[in-house]
Amino acid sequence: MEYILIIISAVLINNIVLAQTIGICPFLGVSNKIETALGMAGAVTFVIVLATMVTYLIQIYILDKLGLAFMQTITFILVIAALVQMVEIILKKISQPLYQALGIFLPLITTNCAVLGVAILVIKKNYNLMEGVVYGASIAIGFGLALIILAGIREQLELADIPKGMKGVPLSLVIAGILALAFMGFTGVVK
Amino acid sequence: MAKSESTFKNMVLSLTLISLGASTCLGFVYQMTKAPIELSVLNKKLLAIKQVVPDFNNNPNDERYRLPTGEGDSLDIFPAKKDDILVGYAVNTNTKKGFSGNISLMAGFKPDGTIINISVLEQKETPGLGTKMTEPLFKDQFNDKNPSTFNLKVKKDGGPVDAITAATISSRAFCDAIQRAYNTLQKGGLK
Amino acid sequence: MNQLQNFTKGFFKENPILVLVLGTCPTLATTSSSLNGMGMGIATTFVLIGSNVVISLLSGVIPDKVRIPAFVVIIASFVTVVDLLMQAYVPALYETLGIFIPLIVVNCIVLGRAEAYACKNSVFSSFIDGLGMGLGFTMALGILGAFREIIGSGAIFGYKFIKGDGILVFILAPGAFWALGYLIALINRMKRT
Repeated sequence: MEYILIIISAVLINNIVLAQTIGICPFLGVSNKIETALGMAGAVTFVIVLATMVTYLIQIYILDKLGLAFMQTITFILVIAALVQMVEIILKKISQPLYQALGIFLPLITTNCAVLGVAILVIKKNYNLMEGVVYGASIAIGFGLALIILAGIREQLELADIPKGMKGVPLSLVIAGILALAFMGFTGVVK
Repeated sequence: MAKSESTFKNMVLSLTLISLGASTCLGFVYQMTKAPIELSVLNKKLLAIKQVVPDFNNNPNDERYRLPTGEGDSLDIFPAKKDDILVGYAVNTNTKKGFSGNISLMAGFKPDGTIINISVLEQKETPGLGTKMTEPLFKDQFNDKNPSTFNLKVKKDGGPVDAITAATISSRAFCDAIQRAYNTLQKGGLK
Repeated sequence: MNQLQNFTKGFFKENPILVLVLGTCPTLATTSSSLNGMGMGIATTFVLIGSNVVISLLSGVIPDKVRIPAFVVIIASFVTVVDLLMQAYVPALYETLGIFIPLIVVNCIVLGRAEAYACKNSVFSSFIDGLGMGLGFTMALGILGAFREIIGSGAIFGYKFIKGDGILVFILAPGAFWALGYLIALINRMKRT
């Protein structure tokens, strides 16, 4: 039951992009086509779930045991960087087209605030390993959800007449704001 | 740019040296800031306690103890003494029943259980609504009331507490936190 | 370019957040008030200057293939130093900025400058670059924060000038998106005239 609460909270109520405003760069960069958005969401989910597991274990069994909590930032980001490298290599072998489509955005998952953010939040919230992984996966789903919704809207907007100053980033931000407003309606859903 | 060749030996050597250098510097800064950090954490707690109990000259943090609430968890109780005479209890209480999650309060009680003052430590309620719990208009109504005679229920539930307009759930949660604090104090056998 | 141009480019021509659109995460989250935004900007500036200088110093000895991991370690170290110093000496600001302090390590601005500038230029130039970019970032955060604070809380730098609340949505997530979106749109418009 606890898990359902974690999932709903992470996907809808405290959506990492629309409520916590974390993970914006890829959100703005990859959301112009639904296909790439899906691919990015999948890759990010994979990295977040793995990263959550590995960083949790490292925190509990190495950092805390040796009183090295202050090394958290360095170790976590190195773990994430390594995982992203791994995903890049695997993706290149399995699906060349997806690898091409994601292009520069794949290594950029390393600098995706959401991945490091989730790793740190799991520790801060004192989740155990299982809860942490569920939380991580849910955050990733929430990220994917926001990404895909925005991509869907932007695909439709291709045909609209947009003032030059608003084209691209500004318009995406304003739309994201409206989405964020909509998602605020979810607070209080879980009592 | 880089004048070193990317031989395996060079790569491993430079990364190792950089990591060692970084860790050493960090360890040094950590040692240097350890004491000030502990001090500021302690001061923050003492400040919260000072706001809710009368003048004291002991160290309530050193004399703190935990008591079970009866609901499966426990709360920290900080006794405040002046010249070795008990002048009040500060209870670090919380509730999960907030509209947006956890609310954490520091509640000060006289030795006979009358509420002295309440300080809101943490809350994530709706700005403009639930957040009004931090304002005197709402929270000061509890001062000088004794929960043994003052029913901690909002008017909607038949009690005397004036809830915040349009924030009944936050108001109820606030009352719940105070009630838990009072119940826990009683377990220590106060009055 | 001379050092003066090097320093000022971070304010207008190449403002990290308003022109290059880098570092959006902390921008949206920490600008609910002007002082918070500027506090974040200053913390980031420290990291920028530190990492730019060290990376420039070591650029001759870091082999090309491992430069990104090396940069990351250096940047993460400075972030941790800033984190510890803030926790010890400015605890109130530390609590307000919360998780966004460690997130400076993934702020695209820092890694971006390291990669684009610090490893190719002299130590002094890198220092000026870090300072200019950081202060330009701080300025943008300050402006955005002031805008949101005035409309959202009816206050500026913590001083309330109206009774009661402002248009609260502006100090929340939706307002952050809108404020930044329109600010960038305004800059785009100004760039063309």
